[in-house]
Amino acid sequence: MNCARASLCLVALPALVSLGACGNMPAVLDPHGSNAQQTAQIAWVLFWGGGLIFVFVMALAAYAVFASPAHRAWLGRQNFVVGAGIVFPIVTLSALLFYTFKVSGELVGAKDAAPLKIEIVGEMWWWRVHYVDAGGASVLVTANEVHIPVGRTVELFLESADVLHSFWVPNLAGKLDLIPGRVNVLRVKADSAGVFRGQCAEYCGAQHAKMAFHVVAHAVPEFDAWLAAQQLPAAAPRTPTLERGMTLFIANCGACHTVRATPAAGQLGPDLTHVGSRLALAAGTLPNNVGTIAGWIAASQHIKPENRMPSFDRFTGEELRALAAYVESLQ
Amino acid sequence: MTPPAPLPTQLPTELPNPLPRPDDELARLEAAWKPPSGWKLLSAVNNTHIGLFYIATAFAFFVAAGILALLMRIQLAVPENTFLDQVLYNQMFTMHGTVMMFLFAVPVVEAIGVLLLPNMLGARDLPFPRLSAYAYWAYLIGGVVFFGSLFFGNAPDGGWFMNPPLTSYRYSPGANADWWLLGIGFIEISAIAGAIEIIVGILRTRAPGMSLDKLPIYAWAMLVFAGMIVFAFPAVILATMLLELERAFHWPFFVAELGGDPLLWQHLFWFFGHPEVYIIFLPAAGMVSLIVPTMARTPLLAHRLIVLALAGTGFLSFGLWVHHMFATGIPQLSLSFFSAAGMAVAIPSGIQIFAWIATMASGRVQLKTPALFVLGFLAVFVIGGLTGVMVAVVPFDWQVHDTYFIVAHLHYVLFGGMVFPMFAAFYYWIGCRARWPARRIAVGVFRIRALAYRRHREPGAARRLVGNAAGAAGSGLFVSMAAAFTGDGGSWRGAEGREERYLGIVPRESFPRAASKGC
Repeated sequence: MNCARASLCLVALPALVSLGACGNMPAVLDPHGSNAQQTAQIAWVLFWGGGLIFVFVMALAAYAVFASPAHRAWLGRQNFVVGAGIVFPIVTLSALLFYTFKVSGELVGAKDAAPLKIEIVGEMWWWRVHYVDAGGASVLVTANEVHIPVGRTVELFLESADVLHSFWVPNLAGKLDLIPGRVNVLRVKADSAGVFRGQCAEYCGAQHAKMAFHVVAHAVPEFDAWLAAQQLPAAAPRTPTLERGMTLFIANCGACHTVRATPAAGQLGPDLTHVGSRLALAAGTLPNNVGTIAGWIAASQHIKPENRMPSFDRFTGEELRALAAYVESLQ
Repeated sequence: MTPPAPLPTQLPTELPNPLPRPDDELARLEAAWKPPSGWKLLSAVNNTHIGLFYIATAFAFFVAAGILALLMRIQLAVPENTFLDQVLYNQMFTMHGTVMMFLFAVPVVEAIGVLLLPNMLGARDLPFPRLSAYAYWAYLIGGVVFFGSLFFGNAPDGGWFMNPPLTSYRYSPGANADWWLLGIGFIEISAIAGAIEIIVGILRTRAPGMSLDKLPIYAWAMLVFAGMIVFAFPAVILATMLLELERAFHWPFFVAELGGDPLLWQHLFWFFGHPEVYIIFLPAAGMVSLIVPTMARTPLLAHRLIVLALAGTGFLSFGLWVHHMFATGIPQLSLSFFSAAGMAVAIPSGIQIFAWIATMASGRVQLKTPALFVLGFLAVFVIGGLTGVMVAVVPFDWQVHDTYFIVAHLHYVLFGGMVFPMFAAFYYWIGCRARWPARRIAVGVFRIRALAYRRHREPGAARRLVGNAAGAAGSGLFVSMAAAFTGDGGSWRGAEGREERYLGIVPRESFPRAASKGC
């Protein structure tokens, strides 16, 4: 890997070097899944090949301008144009085309006997995630976080509820658009456990920038445990503060959000049954803790303007603390 | 391949009509062609005036859209910046792209054609002078009104590609998108008017003896360019009409639940949008093909191959619009054809690049300002072309699509492929008109420009993020813009550009700009 990193610097992507990024690879070149792995390989071939051709062309141009007339005479012929401008690109590009067809055939053709099926619906500006069983029935609804088992192919069924979005986790695979009226299928397989950041990659309006998500890859036993825990109903409040928080939640938030096993059963916003266990709030916008939860409830329009949740700034401090504590307790 | 046939050395000495000429013929002719002055300048129709107005207006839009880019870079300079809010930022990147493409790049190459072509063809003017005046004024008024929407906080904000459903009535209920659809629709019509004029001009108003095989290479480029406009722009006009009908009358062309399809827009838009890149590049390539032989003091090598490459680019560019839609879930087999076409279109560009290098090698390059810009063009454009081959690779494109890699690629192509040649052309043709020797300033402009041209090329950064948490490096692309109005006082000795050999055949007075020798 060090060798590859050094070569990246040699290829001289100036911005990367100036950012001191040689110790901190962009996610595309730091693959954790077979799909991204093969793509990263192609990327290195392209960077190296492109870099060499660029140097070669610039050297020829410099030679044509600065070499002595006797030395550069061979360049100034039509045969050179035919050789370098027709024969050379046809040969290199044909080779490149066959190589990439082979790889993309493998990427698209890689099928698994029993893939895990997850349905992901892009909405302005968050991700609704359904885990479905083999028959297609929904077994779990969550949001903004996709947990997958390591080493098993996962089929992601991508749909959109409103405008175009694009599902992109560069560590795992290239992006695929979510298009109203269509279902696109993306297959990913994580090779190692880890948390990978994803981002909507198709401009989708005011808060496109704050439409991120996380993919969490677990070893199979942990994944099974996670899935079982998420399918449980919400924990009952254990303290009076949490009880007060639940009452406030049902009265104020239940029209849009669901917390299973409570009367809150709204469908407009993300399912919050286990929101406390998630890594981030508001589609990757904020870290998840009781303080940010309170801040989000009170000022969601300030943090993420034009999103569909109004700022609930009418609570007293005590009410807001109770409500935030309840939401955080939904582990 | 054989070199082109030599031009006739014997020029015709007799006029076609043997009858005696009236005495005041010359005075009347000069009165008829006298340039209007004062307010009457607004009524000018001659290409030498319209062409200059046209170029100046396009340049003003270039500066304006460049300022928008600067403001965006300020917003992106630090994470979570509050310099622009998401409303203004989204309007700005939409306007930057749209203005650069529709109000600068296409109009300016068309404008340079309007200014130069009649001179090169040996005509006094384009065949329909009022049509070019109409195209210019329609463009000026449409462009100013369109750009003005920004000052009322009502500018389009759907991205320069305006993908529905985001831009349809449901998610963009305001007038923002209508400015785009109506404004750009009319500007396209103006572009088509100009293209028809250029086609007719090249095919019908050449000097006697200038058969198509003796056509200056720039005129070939403009012929292909204009043909591409006539073929490509109706697709985007149709798309804008459909979307405006959907917005105004709720006809569901792009609404999936009512039987429409959002992908229809993308097919129509990119059927125009991909050729658009070559529509912008080919005229610039034509100019480079004139400048390189002059700078190297030798005839252009592989002239016929270059003409073939121009025509081949025009043809191939219509076969790769899905190049922009690899991530939309189109089946792999279909993508493969477009991947292959995307690579094939690199071949004609390669032919031209190596033909220019060969021409430079066969002569001796004078490193005057235009030559510097041409060399800068070579470096930047070759990177643009190579990254273009990279994004034609389907799996690689799945990763870099809609990231700053694409932003870098398209700016390398457009800035390298079009703006550098335009500056080369500016210094080339302004050469004998400049009143002050400002070569040093011009060379300085080039150096700043070449250094400033280092863009952020991180494959892992997604684009159009107003509060980009990663931040992004500024590029300072436009620092040198204000200094660009300088001229190189020299004229180009030893020029062998083909257009100059017609000097004896046709009226001289329309020539100085086209033939920059001996003024």
